[in-house]
Amino acid sequence: MRRIRAAAVGAVTLSLVLTAAACGGGSSGSEGSNEQPKTLTYWATNQGANLEVDKKVLQPELDKFEKQTGIKVKLEVVPWSDLLNRILTATTSGQGPDVLNIGNTWSASLQATGALLPWDAKNFEAIGGKDRFVESALGSTGVQGQDPTAVPLYSMAYALYYNKKLFAEAGIAKPPATWDELVAAGKKLTAKGKNGIGAEGSNLSNNIHQVFVLGKQHGADFFTPDGKPDFTSDGAVAAVKQYVDLMAKHKIVAPGNAEYAQNQSLSDFAKDKTGMVLWQTASATFKSQGMNDDEWGVAPAPVQSGKPGTGTATNSMVAGINMAVFKNTKNIDGAKKFVKFMTSDDEQVILNKAYGSIPPVKTAQQDPAFNTPSLAVLRETLATSATALPQVPEESQFETVVGTAVKELFADAAAGRPVTTESVRAKLEKAQQQMPRK
Amino acid sequence: MTTLTAAPGTGERKARENSPGAPRKRRSGRLRRIGLPYLLLLPALLLELLVHLVPMVIGIVVSFKELTQFYIRDWSTAPWAGLDNYSLAVDFNAPIGEALLKSFVTTCLFTVFSVGLCWLLGAAAAIFMQESFRGRGFLRTLFLVPYALPVYAAVITWAFMFQRDNGLINHVLHDQLGLTDSPPFWLIGDNSFVALLVVSVWKGWPFAFLIIMAGLQNIPREVYEAAALDGAGIWQQIRRITLPSLRPVNQVLVLVLFLWTFNDFNTPFVLFGEAAPESADLISLHIYQSSFQTWNFGTGSAMSVLLLLFLLVVTGAYLLLTSRGRKTTDA
Repeated sequence: MRRIRAAAVGAVTLSLVLTAAACGGGSSGSEGSNEQPKTLTYWATNQGANLEVDKKVLQPELDKFEKQTGIKVKLEVVPWSDLLNRILTATTSGQGPDVLNIGNTWSASLQATGALLPWDAKNFEAIGGKDRFVESALGSTGVQGQDPTAVPLYSMAYALYYNKKLFAEAGIAKPPATWDELVAAGKKLTAKGKNGIGAEGSNLSNNIHQVFVLGKQHGADFFTPDGKPDFTSDGAVAAVKQYVDLMAKHKIVAPGNAEYAQNQSLSDFAKDKTGMVLWQTASATFKSQGMNDDEWGVAPAPVQSGKPGTGTATNSMVAGINMAVFKNTKNIDGAKKFVKFMTSDDEQVILNKAYGSIPPVKTAQQDPAFNTPSLAVLRETLATSATALPQVPEESQFETVVGTAVKELFADAAAGRPVTTESVRAKLEKAQQQMPRK
Repeated sequence: MTTLTAAPGTGERKARENSPGAPRKRRSGRLRRIGLPYLLLLPALLLELLVHLVPMVIGIVVSFKELTQFYIRDWSTAPWAGLDNYSLAVDFNAPIGEALLKSFVTTCLFTVFSVGLCWLLGAAAAIFMQESFRGRGFLRTLFLVPYALPVYAAVITWAFMFQRDNGLINHVLHDQLGLTDSPPFWLIGDNSFVALLVVSVWKGWPFAFLIIMAGLQNIPREVYEAAALDGAGIWQQIRRITLPSLRPVNQVLVLVLFLWTFNDFNTPFVLFGEAAPESADLISLHIYQSSFQTWNFGTGSAMSVLLLLFLLVVTGAYLLLTSRGRKTTDA
């Protein structure tokens, strides 16, 4: 009988998390206090090549903060695969860190839980004011018209990275600026026995970033203005099909990329197997894969025609990391001080330099370190042609269901099954029906 | 009481003197005797309640609520959903119910194959290892290695081996043996069912082997000797002696393997990551995705409760059938 019970318990394991909620229920509704003014717990995201790199980058800065304020920051770098679940568990139980990094696309979803501190005028004042931050980065901090629940920390944008050696071998003179040129370049590369462009077919978030931008280029949004899922519009279908067709129709993405989810496409690129990747701030990864900075080039991500800009000329999402404070922290003043420290000009320059990202703080962006050719492309993209992902509470669900749909379409393409407008629409239809009803 | 053994007269008198108090003492003694086992069980019972039953009950309660990200911070404020979550889960014409049903069928098929193969391999190996020969101890240990390895480490290794372009499996099947025209995918698409089955059997059969091996030790050698004298061959010995003697062991073994396999979460999760391919979408992973990744804990809980009911029914029926079978054979 014990086995049965064990099995039964296994079946409802997720309720364990909810028990924790019952235990920690007393903390809900509290607005933070200063009971423990000497310590902070900080969950950082994995920005470097691995978790150790992050610890090496952050620890000296945390020590600096401790010297300035006497507050000891306990650092934990949480891998991306665990982060959202950890945040959810912390939200349900009320037992979380004081300060944490979040992927900026989750801002609205996490804002809806009510667990994060809203950055109203007063709180923004405590960290130097809202206008210190770049407009596009602020656009990805929560639902419009509400106080953001996170502030921008690192900004990133998508760009087209190309392998100079392979481009020279294939006789490609300049990096492609439109999708047609990209396909043509890809075919030249495949003719030489190389892969045209890399994709991470099983990485749901990456799939979303790519099809979101393509959706914009086809005049489609994945949500209606009032926040309802709208995955099956002609533009959305065309966008998803165009992305998967890089493998299915044009064959410039190698079939094996359909199962990539751990940045294998970047190692293919570094190993001279793949000519191009569309990626956000890949420089640090290339370096860790043993590629010199002069072996790769960077160009703005392609558009359908013309030059990158706004609207249908969008060529990147606003990628980045935001910093948030858990509302029920026992060191609210210290937490704000820490956010102020991390978003200060000096720290912004140090940290973004280390991670190859762009500071979302205007004054820090002026530093010459962010004016290198590769970073200038990213900065330019962020300033002129990047759009934030839909700032709706259901964003994280959208990433899961549509990301999975794209993954399944890649699997079809890799297995040689046809990918048609109908099959794309059917997958997106299924994805839309999995969204929570309102 | 010791006084009773003394002189009868004094004892009787003493007993009479004590008579008003005696029944009480006897009653409290009996209470203590009956109460003691319960008292000793109490800590276990309380922990059982806390660790097993309370979360189950909460899970059931949650399955009647509309628990999304708007309410997880204080889930008691989530609105009641009535039977909505259940009707959503069992509406097999709508995508959520259809996907659940598909996942359920996949899981059933997977369980049948996996348990069958685990048992077959375990039984075969255990029977062959009954004869003592050189290296038997070594082989027994070797066979148990998959069972002793941490699941995560083992399955991650399998995931590497199953990679299409750089994996060991395709290197052997395609590059060296040339069995396929192009390297097949194992971690996406239809083959993922096979990949999952291979890992599950690899991981599960040593347990079957261990249990059957233990069961075999209880069959007296003389029975085999007598059967051999009567002219029974090896197959007849296995069919007429080994298998019937192993019956009680097998009953428990199959049940345990069934429950473990049906509920297996780690293997598909580590092998396929956050979104399992449709052909290998096991129910536990499916429920996880329905609740954690889409943040819809009410529906996820409703699916869990349905799964729980199904497992209870199957287990109950199985125990009933097998125990009835045992009774008739006993009689």
